[in-house]
Amino acid sequence: MIVETKHFGKIEMQEENIIIFEKGIPGFEDIHRYGIISNEDPESPFCWIQAIDKPELAFALVDPFAIKKDYDFELSDENVSALGIEEPSQVAVYAIVVVPEDISKISMNLKAPIIVNTNNKKAAQIILNSEKYTVRHFIMDELHSQGV
Amino acid sequence: MLVLSRKKDQTIMLGDNIEITIIEIQGDQVRIGINAPKNVPIYRKELFIEIQEENKKAASIGIVKFDNIIKNK
Repeated sequence: MIVETKHFGKIEMQEENIIIFEKGIPGFEDIHRYGIISNEDPESPFCWIQAIDKPELAFALVDPFAIKKDYDFELSDENVSALGIEEPSQVAVYAIVVVPEDISKISMNLKAPIIVNTNNKKAAQIILNSEKYTVRHFIMDELHSQGV
Repeated sequence: MLVLSRKKDQTIMLGDNIEITIIEIQGDQVRIGINAPKNVPIYRKELFIEIQEENKKAASIGIVKFDNIIKNK
């Protein structure tokens, strides 16, 4: 299908790249369908999700493990069943990225990762109980601290 | 909104399986104990609002060449 995007004009979106947030994303509870726009560079940890029905709404995402190697959390049984997850290999994890005016302060939200069941395309932004993570981890600091 | 008065060690039940107990009252702070099934998510409302606000910020960003950011750090 053809999707009007915030940043890339009209693009062809494959059905298999469309994910459904049944509860929306906090702050955008009414928007449910998003399309994943992968980075042209397959090595890049960044990608976008574009709201299918709202061209002006898009989020930049990052693979959190690419930035913070020791990121870990446990999915609650509730999340596992809500998303219909049957095995770990079905799970894709993303962190939402914020880019402020000072681009060196680019941050990602590790407290509330986006979980996608790649089999049935159900997605949710879940809130972790862990106190280890916050909504704002500075990506540059994480990269420096790991010597990347 | 329902408003109730409770004293220390008193409990409120929400439905059959959620209990909220006042554990301690000190000045303007109250310690609360919550007994609820594991599948009921519980978090501070500030955290939920913080996540909403962070998402709104995330949604307002322009196009960014991320890979340049990382490479030029």
